Amino acid sequence: MSLFDWFANRQKSGPATPEGQEREIADGLWTKCEACGALTYTKDLRSNQMVCLECDHHMRVYSDQRISQLIDANTWVAIDENLHPVDPLKFRDRKSYSDRIRETQEKTRLTDAVQTGIGQIESLPLALGVMDFRFMGGSMGSVVGEKLTRLIERATQQHIPVVIVCASGGARMQEGMLSLMQMAKISGALERHQSHRLLYIPVLTHPTTGGVTASFAMLGDIILAEPKATIGFAGRRVVEQTLREKLPEDFQTSEYLLQHGFVDAIVPRTQLKRSLAQLIRLHQPAAPSSHLVSSFPAIKALSKTALD
Amino acid sequence: MAHSPDRRPILLDFEKPLAELESRIIQIRELAEENEVDVSGEIRQLEERALQLRQEIFSSLSPLQRMQVARHPRRPSTLDYIQAICDEWMELHGDRGGHDDPAVVGGVASINGRAVLMLGQQKGRDTKDNITRNFGMASPGGYRKAMRLMEHADRFHMPILTFIDTPGAYPGMSAEELGQGEAIAYNLREMFRLDVPIICTVVGEGGSGGALGIGVGDRLLMFEHSVYTVATPEACAAILWKDSAKANQAAEALKITAADLKNLGILDEILAEPIGGAHSDPLKAAETLKEAILRNLAELDQLTNQQRRELRYQKFRSIGVFAETTV
Ligand SMILES: [Zn+2]
Repeated sequence: MSLFDWFANRQKSGPATPEGQEREIADGLWTKCEACGALTYTKDLRSNQMVCLECDHHMRVYSDQRISQLIDANTWVAIDENLHPVDPLKFRDRKSYSDRIRETQEKTRLTDAVQTGIGQIESLPLALGVMDFRFMGGSMGSVVGEKLTRLIERATQQHIPVVIVCASGGARMQEGMLSLMQMAKISGALERHQSHRLLYIPVLTHPTTGGVTASFAMLGDIILAEPKATIGFAGRRVVEQTLREKLPEDFQTSEYLLQHGFVDAIVPRTQLKRSLAQLIRLHQPAAPSSHLVSSFPAIKALSKTALD
Repeated sequence: MAHSPDRRPILLDFEKPLAELESRIIQIRELAEENEVDVSGEIRQLEERALQLRQEIFSSLSPLQRMQVARHPRRPSTLDYIQAICDEWMELHGDRGGHDDPAVVGGVASINGRAVLMLGQQKGRDTKDNITRNFGMASPGGYRKAMRLMEHADRFHMPILTFIDTPGAYPGMSAEELGQGEAIAYNLREMFRLDVPIICTVVGEGGSGGALGIGVGDRLLMFEHSVYTVATPEACAAILWKDSAKANQAAEALKITAADLKNLGILDEILAEPIGGAHSDPLKAAETLKEAILRNLAELDQLTNQQRRELRYQKFRSIGVFAETTV
């Protein structure tokens, strides 16, 4: 049986009645694609890395899933998991920031909006940061800034490449100017990493906007994006208000950025690990060439002949 | 400096009681002259009260009121300061990529006989000028022009002085198309690479990433009534309070004043403004700026290129507040 038939069979055995359908979606057994409406058995969707089998729509994946998609099994070592956000400004909008932190931590079981660590990708060492949109829209505050900076600094020390999977609405307003300054802090660490001729690849996923776009998301030696992700600096609504007219349909998408020269390649999620590993392999420092070494005796022999 | 004396003052709401008092002083003086009565005693008293009132008003401004001062149409602009503090100045144009953004000005100059590079965002002085300058909102070409000039300065060992005065980077369609994010990001990284001393001063308003795009330096100075924000209070109120009328609360909560940023370890030095704000005595504000720049430059001159770059790195490296629990 082909994989396609297998999926087709799975679908046929799906919930028959509408009530059953609703219940099983709610249970998480089945997932409805927000792009084409197709119902897929969640387990199958997961094994296809949350890419819709019908329309290739890339559904959101969270940091744990992303790490296991990219890193070789049993090689991931998380770092700085003990960094927690605090509320330095005593910020309160409709809710206090400290309450928001606590509630989000309980709901997501994350400490903040990024996970960082060292692992292997097709047996190549890699420093990986993965942002998580569930944690206050992936917003960047002091913890995100510190964890990414430490990750990059560690990569510089260990002479290994950095990959950051971006998913963020931008700077975290609840930490005020401390958040804005993280943009500079991370960029400074990337300057040092780059000056050691080490490779950095950001992967832009839906959505990558604001202060993240205006810092590490756009500083890759090579920049990859997932299909149809929203990527931009200013919010679409702000741009619309500035122009007072409708924007093109594909405005601020991966495809739009590729067309305008700000992204190197759009890589479907199912090929992301392979593409990253390929790029890292191609950029590894060249080993001393055995060809050159073996040609030395020949030169010697030649010069000896010439002397004779 | 740039203002002709006949132009009527532009009043902020909280300045109105002061303006009323001042116009009363003028009235009394005119009346006294007409009727040949000596009222110099009364006038002196009223003038003292006016000065006191001015001091009171400007020493207790709310963050949003400070923002109004920072955005005051008569507040000295980047070009005003450049002209006031330089012995020589020649503006240079273009990003060498097809654009010359009028919202960013820059050029070579000399201050106290020392060659430097000066650059900053430039707001307009009236509506027409503001449209030309795009209200000081730089486009990607503006950030690339700034970077091109800074690299020039680095090659010729000229210290870089930047002046921040922008509501933010331009949020237009053309700006997105030309890579506003990339242009700012590139400057953030490359400013860490430069060998020459860099002093950044927030002279007006520092609007988010658009300000930071020329704001990575060895020293960050800020005028007393300037503000520097991660997002405008209006935008923050609209997003977090779902009500843009809550801008006042947002401005308080965001900690945008010079004193706040000094406390957070972001700012190195607050520059005192003349009573009534920099626009009430632009030349005095320029003197303060010049003194601070020269003093900071002399300190930075003591360091090697390597030491300065390390200092710049550590300055930003240490910004952030978080908890680190023991595992
Ligand atoms: Zn679909």
